[in-house]
Amino acid sequence: MSEMLLLVEPQIPALRRYARALVPDRSAADDLVQDCLERAISRWHQWRKEGNPRAWLFSILHNLAMHRLAKARPVRQVALEDADESALSRPAQQPDRIEHRDLLRALDQLNEAQRSVLLLVGVEDLSYAEAARVLEVPIGTVMSRLSRAREKLAQIMEGTAVDTPATQPVLRRIK
Amino acid sequence: MTRPISEDDLQGYVDQVLEAARRAEVEDYLSSNPDEARRVERYRTHRAALRAALAPIAAEPLPPELNLVRMIESQRRPHREWTRWAAAAAVFLCIGGMAGWSMRGATDRGSHGIVALASEATDSYQVYAPDRVRPVEMDQTDRAGLIRWASARLGRPVSVPDLSASGYRFMGGRLVATAHGPAVLFMYDDDHGKRLVLFSREMTVDRNTPMSQHARDGLEGVAWSNQGVGYTLVGPSSSQLRPLADEVRRQVNSTL
Repeated sequence: MSEMLLLVEPQIPALRRYARALVPDRSAADDLVQDCLERAISRWHQWRKEGNPRAWLFSILHNLAMHRLAKARPVRQVALEDADESALSRPAQQPDRIEHRDLLRALDQLNEAQRSVLLLVGVEDLSYAEAARVLEVPIGTVMSRLSRAREKLAQIMEGTAVDTPATQPVLRRIK
Repeated sequence: MTRPISEDDLQGYVDQVLEAARRAEVEDYLSSNPDEARRVERYRTHRAALRAALAPIAAEPLPPELNLVRMIESQRRPHREWTRWAAAAAVFLCIGGMAGWSMRGATDRGSHGIVALASEATDSYQVYAPDRVRPVEMDQTDRAGLIRWASARLGRPVSVPDLSASGYRFMGGRLVATAHGPAVLFMYDDDHGKRLVLFSREMTVDRNTPMSQHARDGLEGVAWSNQGVGYTLVGPSSSQLRPLADEVRRQVNSTL
């Protein structure tokens, strides 16, 4: 029990973050994490003792989330809508700042496969191999999805009104 | 001659997972390919911004339903109880060859019956009896109010046994939630500060059982049920609870 506690508990904040970025509302996301933890506890013996169980936990959570999304297909809202406003948008200090809100909206426009790879690799710091295990695809697929997801996100952000860096030429669309 | 730079290398550069030598080669490449450099820089910026945007979630305090300690406890407990009961059953079978014993009944009783009652009472003792600030919800100064409250919630008249002849004063009580509905807990103490708990709730199985002893975690108890109401008196080990339990049962039965 103490081993499980020691290895699993520190991962809960990251699991919550991943769930919240995938499913619309806070309580639904926490329900997923709770299901994930319950499964992890009852299947602890299945986890092969290799390093830390991070990727294993993420794959349980990911499967639950995909199952739920496939079943419910909810109208997506911007994730984190109930997060602290100040946490989502920072005062305009850095010239190259990106509105977090815009970014999260752009993330929501990606398909689930692209969104999950971007989150697992870019936010949760899973290795490409771990992400491949979680997503149950070959590592080559992870790489190509990641590349496409980043490009798609960039294109969406391009179309969004963001503060243009002052050091670069300003292009304005003229109606 | 260096290996040509691939898209995988550029993604690896964005994620900062390249080995130092390869990173240097990618940097060389980017310095002479400004379009690619701009693209990669955009990815890096988005990656950092996404992390920053989602970071507050991981910093939130965990909600109570994600308390891992409690989750582990609640998954373990039924199992532990079942094995303990199975062990007890095995012993009984060896000794007496009791007729009519069935594992199905044993399992039922483990999760609903007198064994469950004993477990709930022991858990409650561990939570409330060591509490120096608020061991009871209502104290003995409002004995009548406590009796009214408990009787209303349990749906039957509840009485407070008097153990003062044995040196235990009534302190007060509270309601306790169990998987089998509300239970009432009365607490007593003696001049040395030793505390006893009398725990009672309605029984769906084991509705009439003789007194039996239970013990766990340095606590012991004497449990029984009568006409669908279960009782157990719990205290620290070697509290000589049996005569006290007899006294409780005598007083409770006299009010029926």
